[in-house]
Amino acid sequence: MFGIVRTIWDVFRHGFQPRVTRQYPEQPAYLPPRWRGRIILSRDPDGGERCVACYLCAIVCPVDCIALQATEDAAGRRYPEFFRINFSRCIFCGYCEDACPTYAIQLTPDFEMSEFRRQNLVYEKEDLLISGPGKYPGYNFWRVAGVKIGGKDKGESENEAPPADLRQLLP
Amino acid sequence: MVSPHPLVSLLAILLLALTLASGLIWFERRLLAWWQDRYGPNRVGPFGLLQVLADMIKIFAKEDWVPPFADKVAFILAPAIIVVTVLLSFAVLPFAPGVIVSDLNIALLFFLAMSSLGVYSIVLAGWSSDNKYSLLGGMRAAAQMLSYEVFMGLSLMGVVLLAGTFSLNGIVRAQRHLWFIVPQFAGFLLFFIAGLAETRRLPFDLPEAESELVAGFHSEYSGMKFGMFFVGEYLGITLISAMIAILFFGGWLGPGLPPLLWFFLKLFCFLSLFILMRAALPRPRFDQLMAWAWKLLLPLALLNLLVTGALVLAFLPRR
Repeated sequence: MFGIVRTIWDVFRHGFQPRVTRQYPEQPAYLPPRWRGRIILSRDPDGGERCVACYLCAIVCPVDCIALQATEDAAGRRYPEFFRINFSRCIFCGYCEDACPTYAIQLTPDFEMSEFRRQNLVYEKEDLLISGPGKYPGYNFWRVAGVKIGGKDKGESENEAPPADLRQLLP
Repeated sequence: MVSPHPLVSLLAILLLALTLASGLIWFERRLLAWWQDRYGPNRVGPFGLLQVLADMIKIFAKEDWVPPFADKVAFILAPAIIVVTVLLSFAVLPFAPGVIVSDLNIALLFFLAMSSLGVYSIVLAGWSSDNKYSLLGGMRAAAQMLSYEVFMGLSLMGVVLLAGTFSLNGIVRAQRHLWFIVPQFAGFLLFFIAGLAETRRLPFDLPEAESELVAGFHSEYSGMKFGMFFVGEYLGITLISAMIAILFFGGWLGPGLPPLLWFFLKLFCFLSLFILMRAALPRPRFDQLMAWAWKLLLPLALLNLLVTGALVLAFLPRR
């Protein structure tokens, strides 16, 4: 009997305790920098696209929400002709970011992507590309990769030794 | 104070009771949230007040479906009965001196009779739905409401003994010097418990019991018929709260403020108490519910009546 009265009193006192509810749109939630939200495509410090259209993200994606088509520019540099992410399928697992060899695809702390029409959740390359390098400011794949492209020969990359001449014995 | 014409009172009380009943949905949700460290509905309109309106528009737009296996007449009649019986009880409530539809000299008996009729609504709803959960809910409601009615009436007899009248107006006037909560504290507790059970409010919501019986007696109801059960339930809470205020807390009596304001102040205190019960207490088992009614509360009510009767006989002057 006393327990019942005690319960009622305790519940009544809860009225004078702070609320646990966060009034969301007015009080935004804190999202850590490594939050897995809206996917973006980042650029080099020089402003070029980082994506080399290797298809690894599309292959690793468990829900097949990434579609792209590789092509090459005049300098021999690979890039995606189109790059499409269907966010109505995306589960924000972040596997694409892990798989990406060039830090091009990155997940960002943003989840407010509501749309009235499902079709609007399909993001094209121009929707995904941002102007900066994202989480990896100094990194430029083409400058460190030992690949020959227009304007850069073998051995001219950063931290790369000139190629060895296979036809002579001298070290 | 000039008392308004009964017809004016009738329209005002009808409008007020129905507005209050729908407004209570918002009030209950906000208050429950307050006790559960939340905010409750606070988006639609100022303080979320228009939430009720939004819900109402929604419920009117819902399909009003009568199951093909249901007993049509009883199924449609059931939600109307509860609203009608509860609204009829409002006719005898004195809100303030003169603000009353019908000052019956047997108002208290009328109230008890009407609350007894209310059980038909639940039983018919449960039975006509032709659904095992509804039927279980209806059966529970019948047993619960009949058992609790017995000592509900008995718990009020102490008040009647002290006031010497069945008229609610007379009972309020008899509390000029001392509210009946003091000499009839046991009666108040018994009536409050019985009122909870009569209105099928938590912790005595066994006919509904969402966790066991889907939605109990109104599992098959939808649209405004379902809404009527809710309006009936909230009207019932308002009625019982008003009765507590009138019978034990001096109705409109109070210093300073106008009588109507006093009445509503007390009314809202008890409405909040009803909601606090919901926030605080778990639902008892059905056999416990019945055992309490017959083995504990009924003897207590009889004892209260006996002691009150003896004291009135010994000390109060003959009228």
